[in-house]
Amino acid sequence: MNLSLHLWLIPLLPFAGFLLNGILGSRLPRRLVSTIGLLAPFLSFLLVLNAYVLTSISAASCPGCGPVAAVALPYVETFPHPWIAIGGLHVDFSFFLDPLSLVMLLVVTGVGFLIHIYSVGYMAHEEGYARYFSFLNLFLFFMTVLVLADNVLLMFVGWEGVGLASYLLIGFYFQRDSAAAAGKKAFIVNRIGDFGFLIGIFLIVVNFGTLNFNQIAALLAHRAAWPGGVLTAICLCLLLGAAGKSAQLPLYVWLPDAMEGPTPVSALIHAATMVTAGVYMIARTHFLFDRAPIALAIVAIVGAATAIFAATIALAQNDIKRVLAYSTISQLGYMFLACGVAAYSAAIFHLVTHAFFKALLFLAAGSVIHAMGGEQDMRKMGGLRKKLPVTFWTMTVAVFTIAGFPPLAAFFSKDAILYAAFVSGTGGKVLWFVGLLTALLTALYMFRLWYMTFFGETRTADVHPHESPWSMRTPLVILALLSICGGWIGIERFSVYLNVFPAIGTHVAVAGSPLIEPILAVIAVLAALEGWLIADKYYRRKTERPAQLATAMPGGYKLLANKYYVDEMYDAVFVKPLFAVSRYVLGWVVDTGILGGIAWLLAGTANLSGMILQRWQSGNLRSYAAWLTAAAAVVLLFVFHVSIGTYLGTHGIDVQLNLHWMGHLQ
Amino acid sequence: MSFMQHDVPLTWYLLLSAVLFSLGVVGFLIKRNVITVFMSIELMLNAVNLSFVAFAYQWHEVKGQIFVFFVMMVAAAEAAVGLAIIIAVFRVRATLAVDRINLMKL
Repeated sequence: MNLSLHLWLIPLLPFAGFLLNGILGSRLPRRLVSTIGLLAPFLSFLLVLNAYVLTSISAASCPGCGPVAAVALPYVETFPHPWIAIGGLHVDFSFFLDPLSLVMLLVVTGVGFLIHIYSVGYMAHEEGYARYFSFLNLFLFFMTVLVLADNVLLMFVGWEGVGLASYLLIGFYFQRDSAAAAGKKAFIVNRIGDFGFLIGIFLIVVNFGTLNFNQIAALLAHRAAWPGGVLTAICLCLLLGAAGKSAQLPLYVWLPDAMEGPTPVSALIHAATMVTAGVYMIARTHFLFDRAPIALAIVAIVGAATAIFAATIALAQNDIKRVLAYSTISQLGYMFLACGVAAYSAAIFHLVTHAFFKALLFLAAGSVIHAMGGEQDMRKMGGLRKKLPVTFWTMTVAVFTIAGFPPLAAFFSKDAILYAAFVSGTGGKVLWFVGLLTALLTALYMFRLWYMTFFGETRTADVHPHESPWSMRTPLVILALLSICGGWIGIERFSVYLNVFPAIGTHVAVAGSPLIEPILAVIAVLAALEGWLIADKYYRRKTERPAQLATAMPGGYKLLANKYYVDEMYDAVFVKPLFAVSRYVLGWVVDTGILGGIAWLLAGTANLSGMILQRWQSGNLRSYAAWLTAAAAVVLLFVFHVSIGTYLGTHGIDVQLNLHWMGHLQ
Repeated sequence: MSFMQHDVPLTWYLLLSAVLFSLGVVGFLIKRNVITVFMSIELMLNAVNLSFVAFAYQWHEVKGQIFVFFVMMVAAAEAAVGLAIIIAVFRVRATLAVDRINLMKL
């Protein structure tokens, strides 16, 4: 049955919301602005749900339903007019729905809608309310385009668009210099990644002649051998793009600074959805990565390195949002690790659960910040357990989830990733161990945050924390439920649903050792428990110990607190030289020297010739007359001499006359 | 008509024209009185007129004669304007020496 899912409406509704609120919002009452801002993502979410239901009931799951209107996946919606047609290259503006994009859409619109609700409460007293909602809707527009794109170029359009929305929202408080700088930093660092993505797109065009995902996959399947290195080069370029967007080493530096934006933005864009675009992109182009083992190994190494690197930094941060930011980077590293061992289903599974619990963590943190009147330093919090019960309990759920305790969501997804790493050869054991260590560190810094924020004594006297309004509490509770239940789908059922990936790495029974998986799960839980115990000891029972430890090892502590001096390093290696080149080479040599010199030379020539020629203008009539006569004489002489030589044959009479006349003169 | 063609060749007319023109040029260059300068210009114009007429006669072309009328007309107009300017200048400067009329000098 040909039933339209109206995919085109999914991005278009938030776009309409963006236009309405963006153009008219400042003149509309706040209630109407929030209605428009909420309605757009809600309707999109309903459309996605509708698509999910229509595509699920077909699969013989409902024999008694009778003639149900069902749509088979994958489902393509192409727009009637071609978008780009240059020579042999055709790029259409078309959307592609398969289980992967459907799962991603559910997360983006679902979590996105919840965060929109939360924003109504969080932003209630802020300036630029309509601007905020229009940007948020703009983000949803681009993100859904990114997810639904059926070719690399359309994906790139969404990719750039979410970057723009991210930039606008990081710099939302643009009066603050730090926020404006953070926005620029995010944009520029992402630009480096986008450069890689673009080169990857060019390489794909050159080698495949098409940008459509399915056509590339078909071409790849068609040919067994591919010229050496081409696929690896493409994949490495794509990886650079993914590392920029998903804040992986070495391009992660923008994400912690992106916390300058409003907290719901951090939750939606810089934790739950946009930063996972890199993981989604790798999963979407998995057919390329599957054929490029070297690139895949690099993905895994980058992921594992980022995971443990960011986790160690998170240990020594005091800003509650920065801890969560480094935690996000670390969890994204997990997803890259999973992609790198070709366990794409596990990566997407973790992406989904991460979207739940990380959005929850950020929203709960936002609730804390809201209650503390904008304070983000955890050292000034404490004892908030009684004052913010809903926030406390939902945060507790999130903390236990991210630490990986059963039966919460991240236990299943993290377990799936660690298992997939463990069974993927000898190198996989190292990756598994790094992942395990990261799990321990994750539990440690999360429980540190938990204890510092909610336990102990209140460390600031003059603040009177109050629980947030219902519009903020409802999303917290829903996300907490999702964090608890989200993992119960189970990785097996999830990877069966995500039938787009080849079943390697994920739960292929390793011969002779069916016990490996439970053993690994127990080890992971023990690691998390260990992290909890350390945090409990240091941040609840002996709160003076961390400071003593820091003074005992000043070097190590300073290294962590200053984030390994990576920002300073980049500043010294890239930013300072770039500024120096701009100022001295481009500014002084090229601009002042060459360009200014040429301008000076031209002006000087004109000036000098003017000074010489002005002597001519004596003001004396007879001198003018003399020049006139002299010039006329010169012209006459010239004409005579030239015309005698040239026109002799053709204009014989004239010349003869002239000669005749001149003869008489002599 | 015919006697002129036989007795006085074109060259003589042209020579006369050249002499008149040179006189005009020399007068234009060396005279200080504006009116004399002005008259030198008229002399040059009329020298040219003479050669026009001579050529027109020689080649049996009426165009040269028409040109002479144009030149005379322009000369008349120029005389009217020029004399008016000279009178105006004289009223202001009380002199007709061209060397003293150099207000436009830098």
